[in-house]
Amino acid sequence: MDNDAASVHPDHPPSTPSAPARLSRRAFVTASLTAGGGLLLTLHLPAAARAAGAPTERSESAEINPFISIAPDGIVTIMAKNPEIGQGMKTTLPMLIAEELDVEWKNVRAKQAMLDPIYGPQFAGGSLGTPLNWIPMQQVGAAGRQMLIEAAARIWHVPPGECRAAKGMVHHRPTGRALPYGALARKAAALRPPELDSVTLKSPKDYTIIGKFTGGIDSPRVLDGDRLFGIDVIVPQMSYAVYEKSPVFGGRIVRANIEEIRALPGVRAAFIVRGSAPDAAIKMGLVDGVAIVADRWWDAEKARRKLRVEWTPQARSRQSTQAFAQEAARLMRSSAHSIIRRDGDVDAALARAAKVLKATYSYPFLAHATLEPQNCTAHVRPDGSVEIWAPTQNPDSGAHLVAQTLGIDPGKVKVHMTRCGGGFGRRLSNDYMVEAAMIAKRTGRAVKVLWDRTQDFHHDAYRPAGFHAFTAGLAASGKPVAFRDHFVTFGQDGQVASSANLPRDHFPAGYVPSLEYGQSLLQLDVPTGPMRNPGGNALAFAFESFIDELAHAGGLDPLALRLDLYGPPRVLSAPPPRGGLRIPPFDTGRVRGVLELVAQKSGWKRRGALPAGTGLGLAFYYSHFGYVAEVVKAGVNPDGTPKVHKIWAAVDIGRQIINPAGAYNQVQGAVLDGLGQALHLLITVENGRVVQRNFDTYHLLRMDEAPPVEVHFLLSDNDPTGLGEPALPPVLPALCNALFAASGTRIRSLPIDRLHSHHARA
Amino acid sequence: MRYTIRVNGRRRVVQSDADTPLLWVLRDDLRLTGSKFGCGIAYCGACTVHLDGVPARACVTPISAVGNAAIVTIEGIGRSHWGRRVKSAWLDLDVMQCGYCQAGQVMTATALLARNPRPTDADIDQAMRNNICRCCTYTRIRAAIKRAAGLPTADTREADHG
Repeated sequence: MDNDAASVHPDHPPSTPSAPARLSRRAFVTASLTAGGGLLLTLHLPAAARAAGAPTERSESAEINPFISIAPDGIVTIMAKNPEIGQGMKTTLPMLIAEELDVEWKNVRAKQAMLDPIYGPQFAGGSLGTPLNWIPMQQVGAAGRQMLIEAAARIWHVPPGECRAAKGMVHHRPTGRALPYGALARKAAALRPPELDSVTLKSPKDYTIIGKFTGGIDSPRVLDGDRLFGIDVIVPQMSYAVYEKSPVFGGRIVRANIEEIRALPGVRAAFIVRGSAPDAAIKMGLVDGVAIVADRWWDAEKARRKLRVEWTPQARSRQSTQAFAQEAARLMRSSAHSIIRRDGDVDAALARAAKVLKATYSYPFLAHATLEPQNCTAHVRPDGSVEIWAPTQNPDSGAHLVAQTLGIDPGKVKVHMTRCGGGFGRRLSNDYMVEAAMIAKRTGRAVKVLWDRTQDFHHDAYRPAGFHAFTAGLAASGKPVAFRDHFVTFGQDGQVASSANLPRDHFPAGYVPSLEYGQSLLQLDVPTGPMRNPGGNALAFAFESFIDELAHAGGLDPLALRLDLYGPPRVLSAPPPRGGLRIPPFDTGRVRGVLELVAQKSGWKRRGALPAGTGLGLAFYYSHFGYVAEVVKAGVNPDGTPKVHKIWAAVDIGRQIINPAGAYNQVQGAVLDGLGQALHLLITVENGRVVQRNFDTYHLLRMDEAPPVEVHFLLSDNDPTGLGEPALPPVLPALCNALFAASGTRIRSLPIDRLHSHHARA
Repeated sequence: MRYTIRVNGRRRVVQSDADTPLLWVLRDDLRLTGSKFGCGIAYCGACTVHLDGVPARACVTPISAVGNAAIVTIEGIGRSHWGRRVKSAWLDLDVMQCGYCQAGQVMTATALLARNPRPTDADIDQAMRNNICRCCTYTRIRAAIKRAAGLPTADTREADHG
């Protein structure tokens, strides 16, 4: 059994290999094989060993299970196990528990859990929070309810079957007796918890919390200015630190004016830190740098401006965006280095085609640009144990990185997960965490490391750029019969760089009889990594724009072509479960459903009646188990900039929207995030370093550029899946397709900025 | 240098170099961490505070330039009429995702409503365009400003240009 290939890990979509989940010695998370060969992670609730006198948030509380504590006054504290990055999981997961526990939401307090195997996998990535936890969190709540009912039944000497729970009370119908949870909690906590798979879950018609508009549980505290984010952490005797790294990735320190820096006002310490390995920059580990520690962050930052570091000359520092583009153009003129997928005989099919189209698409590197710059607070104690406070999406991976780099046991690393001022995949890497740990170790006191914005732009795991040379052949009917993509992407020594791959099943693979995906690699010394909807955030633009080109070339309605390609509603084979995740099978009926819905809502069929200079564009993308179709209505301003009037999104993520408050917000946010990428965003590499330094040269979307976004959920009879990512990709091609409809200019490279610059290339 | 400043109605004495930005005095010396650091160049608005009721970027405002101005931060804005209404609208509509920019958004929106209690969409665009929300919660920020103003929250811009 290959655990690596089966477990779910945030660095990777579930279709790619990943590291095994850390299993507890206490074995509350157990692994078992499934019939399909997958690894099934199961959450087991231990007996509440900590119930009697266990220190909890509220001193008199009793711990029903590791997720649930109930105080005598009925206030329920629910542990939120996953990091909160703005995707709403600190609210969503406690909602699932509270629903089945049968308590009123107003009596629920959510508390951020520490990193602890008792909670099972803890990460924010892959839009997996919902699909991985939808059932287990409800089971946790139902198990708690069952224990409270059992406790009441024992007090009353009646069968548990005669008792029922509602709104934080257990009732005995035949005698009309009732006891509040607060009075039952201690007794319940002493009971043996039921097997989670044995509990009965509610019927959706009985939901009182799931499906209700529920505001973010910490939102009032954010608006009061409470200390919630990583950057806000204050621990006793804390110092502040900055860490200067080589602007050219992989640069090592030759010398630095350390003595001069140490003499500056407020500076407590300054020293050189050696990176852990030559490839640490690519792997987002600890790299060479100069640490400056001061009593105030501003003092450290001011001192950094006087820092003079001599870095090793970089053999490959000539890497640049321009050189990549030239090399990619050269590679695309010859055949691909390797073949990802080959169906039929593309050359023969092209020779027979009524019409052949060729087009080249490209997109740039992008930065995550979380609004909260990377930061971490760490304290390394004399016994070698480490305590970390970090805004991280991936605390377990961070703890292992710290342990490995400091040469200690992972069990000695304690991680507090703070609220994250944005994630977008950036905080799946924990480079800032290992920096803080190392500086704290060298300093011997608690240290908060904070990057400035330029460092944040210069030390990211970037969304990789990419180049696609497409060729397609159309039958006389206009339908594509041959399709080829020569994808020029990036890698290190023959291995595709992180998040720079083209999945072999990417649409239209499987829907066009003769198809070939080939790949050639450009050597890259710039780190890359997953950014919100890795792969999809780039590939959707290229593929769904080219599909639109095919529709126009073949004289077909872009909607009709997509419906025709996906074909009649049918369920395609379901992959085996992975890491406790029941992966819903791919269903072309769901594709059709959202395409037809978005067409109806946007007035797609009436688009011919739009005024000249205004057009609609359509795109569909399936990712993270979500089916999303979007239509953009756009035109062109006199200065050549796009004018986006409105966007419609139709989304199928299953039968239940757990929290409409968060769900609509996620879709609107993802759509506008993607819109901003398409319009403006660009990271340029020159001489091996990133050019952009701040938001003045990396133009994130702003209020006056944000059009109305109308969201429609199509409820299909499938288990609910995640929403942090799937709504992002379609907007990029839908916008470009709308601009083509409006102006006749085809956008084949991003960002768009002004349409004038695309005429020559068209 | 020793500076006496007025923050949320209280006099505070701080020891600082003249060029230290107000943001770091607030965050690290006074431990008022509600105002956020985003860019350091007055481009994102996460650090927005009020100086005598006018939105200012604390990240580029040297402590020496503050003088006797009344500083109000997110920690204190709820005590004003518009601050209270804006915060309440923000919660009613569940505006935030990550929430990191929202202190700055609330400060800017409060200042807008204090001088223009019935803002149009164009007014909102103009006032809010220098506050970045990386999560792109602009749809709800717009609606929440209207709600705080007691205006209908529907986005009517699309209807305006067909």
